[in-house]
Amino acid sequence: MADSSQIRASLFVTCLVDQLFPEVGEAVVGVLRGQGVRVDFPPGQTCCGQPLFNSGFRKDAAELGRRVLDEFEQSAYVVVPSGSCASMMKVFYPEIFRDDPVYGPKAKALSEKVYEFSQFLVKVMGVEDVGASHEGKVAYHPSCHLLRELEAKEEPVTLLEGVEGLEHVPLEDADTCCGFGGTFSVKYPGISQAMLDDKVDNVVKSGASTVTACDASCLMQIRGGLRRRGVGVEARHLAEILWDGK
Amino acid sequence: MSEVKTQEFRRASAKVLANAKLQSYLGRSMGTFDGARAEAIEEISPERWEELRQQGREIKRHTLDNLDYYLEMLQERVTANGGHVHFAKDAAEARAIVGQIAQTRGLKLAIKSKSMVSEEMGLNPFLESIGTEPVETDLGEYIIQLAEETPFHIIAPAMHKSKEEVSELFGEKIGRPNLQDIEAMAGAAREVLREKLVSADMGITGANFLVAETGTVTLITNEGNGRFCTSVPRVLVSITGMEKVVPSMEDLATFIRLLPRAATGQRISSYVTHVYGPKRPEDEDGPEEYHLIIVDNGRSKLLADPDLREALYCIRCGACLNTCPVYRKVGGHSYGWVYPGPIGAVVSPVLVGLERSKDLPNASSLCGACKDVCPIKINIPHMLLKLRSQISEGSPTSSTKASFVDRITSKGYRRLMSSPRLLGMARTLGLLAQWPFSRGSFIRRMPIPPFSRWTRTRDMPALAPKSFRQVWKERLEEEGR
Repeated sequence: MADSSQIRASLFVTCLVDQLFPEVGEAVVGVLRGQGVRVDFPPGQTCCGQPLFNSGFRKDAAELGRRVLDEFEQSAYVVVPSGSCASMMKVFYPEIFRDDPVYGPKAKALSEKVYEFSQFLVKVMGVEDVGASHEGKVAYHPSCHLLRELEAKEEPVTLLEGVEGLEHVPLEDADTCCGFGGTFSVKYPGISQAMLDDKVDNVVKSGASTVTACDASCLMQIRGGLRRRGVGVEARHLAEILWDGK
Repeated sequence: MSEVKTQEFRRASAKVLANAKLQSYLGRSMGTFDGARAEAIEEISPERWEELRQQGREIKRHTLDNLDYYLEMLQERVTANGGHVHFAKDAAEARAIVGQIAQTRGLKLAIKSKSMVSEEMGLNPFLESIGTEPVETDLGEYIIQLAEETPFHIIAPAMHKSKEEVSELFGEKIGRPNLQDIEAMAGAAREVLREKLVSADMGITGANFLVAETGTVTLITNEGNGRFCTSVPRVLVSITGMEKVVPSMEDLATFIRLLPRAATGQRISSYVTHVYGPKRPEDEDGPEEYHLIIVDNGRSKLLADPDLREALYCIRCGACLNTCPVYRKVGGHSYGWVYPGPIGAVVSPVLVGLERSKDLPNASSLCGACKDVCPIKINIPHMLLKLRSQISEGSPTSSTKASFVDRITSKGYRRLMSSPRLLGMARTLGLLAQWPFSRGSFIRRMPIPPFSRWTRTRDMPALAPKSFRQVWKERLEEEGR
């Protein structure tokens, strides 16, 4: 466990949060600062390149990857409020730059210091209770990359259960994908929608007033489905819940 | 080769999505399979399961790294046991070998045990064309044969057929109308099949495993007819892919533990049949003549690609199909060739050609559930990603290229994201463009693709009035000082 008074972390906010959900970024900064972390925001950051990588454009993705590797080279830790973008940086950058003599080592170095938000709090900071309070029933949707590429099963749940007044309710088939899948959601909208329908059904069945996850992208999908069906359940990022009551 | 319809994925999957009855049935029965697997793993403990998976993986890796050596050993042992080994480079060669065996010996009735490779080869229509009647004896395969369809699932080929549909089919095709319950239908099939079984002169099987050190072909089945096929007809032919070889009986034991648990949640299947070759003088029954046909049919391409080689580790348990949220929605036929689901999305494009299978690796949310349940821990999502790059950027073995629109979009996105300044300018334009469509922080309908494909069924978030980087600059940076 690191001595928190000395911890510095750079925020990679993700393009989605930057453009669509700045409140998630604010909550992340708030929670981290609340734990004594000195947070900086390297201004040259944009997108990690995952949409390109997942569409098969590895060369284009690598170009964005190199930007990230340069921009965050000096950071002690890099915190990412997305399991998906964090896996891109932790798992796929080393693969993309495997044979690159310059960026290969940089990718390896970044891979060791990049953490998804909940993993950073629990594993690096050793925090289980961030001192938040939230009245109500909350269901947790484990996003796929967080669960299967980063193998973070417990961290988000630990943090949720540390929130005062919060009742964590089980979500049926929680581990099943919400159907987002990046460009999949617009390339195969019919399949994506069918998968989302199941997720929305299960969220409703859970009786939760809020569903949470560690990825703004999956939440965008789930929220989009809930709203379209007129279901009054909120879909909020874990960071926002951990920032409640502050 | 059996008919390839991989290019029809979109149309075929849309049809399945619109079939409400099949949708509810698919979800339920896939859940049952998946649940049985999970229970079986719980029973032997997740730790032991992990050990077995690792063992299975190591055996496959080692065998495929030394495939020529083990195939040669296998050939030697099968020959020593009195059998004949044939190597076929593709489906046409494999068919020709079967045809030659059947015709020179005047074989008229072939009873078949379940074989996916024979589906690959389009064996049944070929046999019919040379005057040898093929009869599938696995109940599911038999139903599919009567319906003139292809398997819907690797281990449950007729799972998409309801009781009523099978009843109707039996009435129409085998003259047994109005059967109400499943037992009666199985009984009717048994009566028809028994007659075929005892009068057949040719037996055709697939193989789950080939054991090199003993020259054994191993069949894992839940129906006794599979064993019938190996012991009654006077000529027996086993047809299988070259990746099915394992070095030793001890190695086989690992897979006999893995396969039934992953497939159906059983500790062991009802039958495990080992074929050692033709009948020996002291044997009471068995074939007079035995042939083993080892088929490549594109597998060398997988073997040669270090990023895709793992696909040959597959033991065809179907666990990835059962757990896949996409398979559960689109079913097996949408994939358009013999192997459906996540593993099919990797194998089919390589075996039938990437150019006409572009949808298969792309129609996945990359959730990775398949990797989690695979008894050999095959990293399917990473292979799908690799195939996507071969589709978009080309590869040494294929000349596919992304569509013009995809290429332009990709270049445009890269340019945009290469400059925070450009991104800021695009944002200003975006705020203007969304203004007529947004209601508060949401957009209900955006008529411009690709957004229109999102808003057809989902609300879309509008661009925030201020980006995070603006908020940071204006307020957050200062607060941290």
